[in-house]
Amino acid sequence: MVTIRSWPRTFWVSLRTMLIFSLLLGVLFPALMLTVGQLAFPAQANGSMLDAPAQSAAPVGSALIGQRFTDKEGNPDPSFFQPRPSNAGDGYDGEASSGSNFGPENPVFLKAIAEAKASYLAQNPGITVVPADALTSSASGLDPDISVANALGQAARVASARSLEPAEVITLVHAQTTGRDLGFLGEPRVNVLKLNIALLGLEN
Amino acid sequence: MWFTIAQAATLVLVLAVLYRPLGDYMARVYTSTRDTKVERGLYRIIGVDPSASQTWQAYARSILAFSLVGVLLLYALQRLQGWLPLALGLPAVPQGLAFNTAASFVTNTNWQSYSGESTMGYLVQAVGLGVQNFASAAVGLAVAVALIRSLAARRTLTLGNFWVDLIRGIMRLLLPLSAITAILLMAGGVIQNLNGFTDVTTLSGGVQSIPGGPVASQEAIKLLGTNGGGFFNANSAHPFENPTPLTNLFQCVLMLAIPFALTRTFGVMVGNKKQGYTILAVMGGFFLISLTVLTLLEYAGAGTGPQAAGAALEGKEQRFGIGGSTLFGTTSTLTSTGAVNSMHDSFTALGGMLPLLNMMLGEVAPGGVGSGLYGMLVLAIITVFIAGLLVGRTPEYLGKKIGTREIKLASLYLLTVPTLILSFTAISFAIPVIRAEIESVSILNPGPHGFSEVLYAFTSAANNNGSAFAGLTANTPWLTTTLGLVMLLGRFLPILWVLALAGTLGAQDRVPSTAGTLPTHKPQFSMLLGSITLIVTALTFFPVLVLGPLAEGLL
Repeated sequence: MVTIRSWPRTFWVSLRTMLIFSLLLGVLFPALMLTVGQLAFPAQANGSMLDAPAQSAAPVGSALIGQRFTDKEGNPDPSFFQPRPSNAGDGYDGEASSGSNFGPENPVFLKAIAEAKASYLAQNPGITVVPADALTSSASGLDPDISVANALGQAARVASARSLEPAEVITLVHAQTTGRDLGFLGEPRVNVLKLNIALLGLEN
Repeated sequence: MWFTIAQAATLVLVLAVLYRPLGDYMARVYTSTRDTKVERGLYRIIGVDPSASQTWQAYARSILAFSLVGVLLLYALQRLQGWLPLALGLPAVPQGLAFNTAASFVTNTNWQSYSGESTMGYLVQAVGLGVQNFASAAVGLAVAVALIRSLAARRTLTLGNFWVDLIRGIMRLLLPLSAITAILLMAGGVIQNLNGFTDVTTLSGGVQSIPGGPVASQEAIKLLGTNGGGFFNANSAHPFENPTPLTNLFQCVLMLAIPFALTRTFGVMVGNKKQGYTILAVMGGFFLISLTVLTLLEYAGAGTGPQAAGAALEGKEQRFGIGGSTLFGTTSTLTSTGAVNSMHDSFTALGGMLPLLNMMLGEVAPGGVGSGLYGMLVLAIITVFIAGLLVGRTPEYLGKKIGTREIKLASLYLLTVPTLILSFTAISFAIPVIRAEIESVSILNPGPHGFSEVLYAFTSAANNNGSAFAGLTANTPWLTTTLGLVMLLGRFLPILWVLALAGTLGAQDRVPSTAGTLPTHKPQFSMLLGSITLIVTALTFFPVLVLGPLAEGLL
């Protein structure tokens, strides 16, 4: 039985262990997973990118990452369904995921809710109760989804901006609704980018 | 509400199915006398004799040296980032932040004072942070196993070999499980690429930058090792880390599987599985109660903001909803993982107190991998001691007499973390210069909530959890330095007390139990242990909770 008795010798063993771990766990393991992912699940491993609806082959975004639907001035485009408020950079910045971290009594938070409510009501006349997800920003700032109520609340506005029948748009919202996973996990939701892509398909 | 109950029931069911096989397997991993070919090769490379068993002092020295080398290497890697490949053009991490992050990942805390996507390139993420995710978890497991061995053994001066425990924990447990997990996560939508940031032209004609990265491999061990350091700033709220409600439940299973199953490992190794079940019952009880309370509070949505919005959805993702967020938050703060899928800072006032309380329990229900079990075993020793005082008998646990030295060490363990939390929180507000900086720079939310942010930070650091009331800007000289120190002291002082305790327990014979012995394998003991845990926590932290979340929630 030989035990290591001195500090210097223990440090030497530690250093060698860390170096071999760095190679094994820091390089080989991720590289192996990279290979498996790129071969077995290329779509997911590369970000679940969605292609443009029409002729262009370039992706318009990721099915998992929310994006902004704004006009040239940067204002919400009424002809698209709008995502939740976002605190990722200026909004849906893929390089700066973040929530607001507002506490429940923070005056800035209360002001943000009031503004979001006013703007939602202005954009969607006839709505009385604004869905909570439309008034709050998500944890990531990249939430790809909105609630079904939120999507339905915007349907009339989107239909009128695109001169479509409201019923047609409402049917589309229901078709694009994802239920709870396995019937009981999470919340029912509508992916805003997928919904808007389908909306363009409706027009064509 | 029915679906949140179904969600919890499914979680319990999956964990129950995993409990025996995983617990038994871990017992075999740490008691097996055979080394695999690969392991023998590794022992040769690092230069240790796997058959040599270490005294507690040698075991502790190995852990300290290994961890110090880990801190230095991780620090160096971050400081050299500007010269490294796959750095995405990111510069060296500043000194204070690099120290804080190195301390954070080596201590299994994974507190992050930085934003992942804009600070750490792929090489630092994988070779630096990812490697420590494995190493720090295996260290926690090793300490727990050493303590179990001392309880199971008779008259031994040695606790096993740290290097063997370290390498087996990784090679036989964490690495294979991480590989399976990473593949399942990728199937569920988690990314694994080296694409960097890709610009796309969005549907309405704007430009969006889509991040890439070797996320799945990092994510797997982040959860299995109860580490919690996110690849991205938003952690498990980021859709590329946690894309669906199903992956969300899976991530909760990953965080809980090893810590819970370790109670089985403990039962098997001490030769009485019921000893493990009484501990499991306490852990499980706390978990279910805490989950229920948080879920009810968040659904109730008290507070001006949640009431104005109509629900407590600020800082929560639509796909997870309230139920998926409270499950993850409870799991993460009771396991010392510290990952988040919702922003705890934006929880309702009393809801936000729950993650804080979960950590204040001492990360024992079920706690981090290894650390949860050894924490709970120390509490079990305190419990038999208090019970012994009540009936006037010499307390014993598993046939080991709990004498002066044992109780001194257990008390030191119990006092270390609360002392760190309370004194550093107090200093942060008592010294005018520091307080001014905290109030003007660090705190985001005004009033008692701001106090909670600082209290949460030190609680998280000292307990090696790593979650945050993330509105706090912790990247200031005072907070990066003290939080780094607190993480190191909160990790390694308790480990020293536990190993010293293992040293004295191992040296004892196991005395047969008599009619006067408090049975520790029956429900009565679970009740006692649970009560003692709760009372100790409540007595220690009630005053400081009054200043923060209670003041805010009851105003």
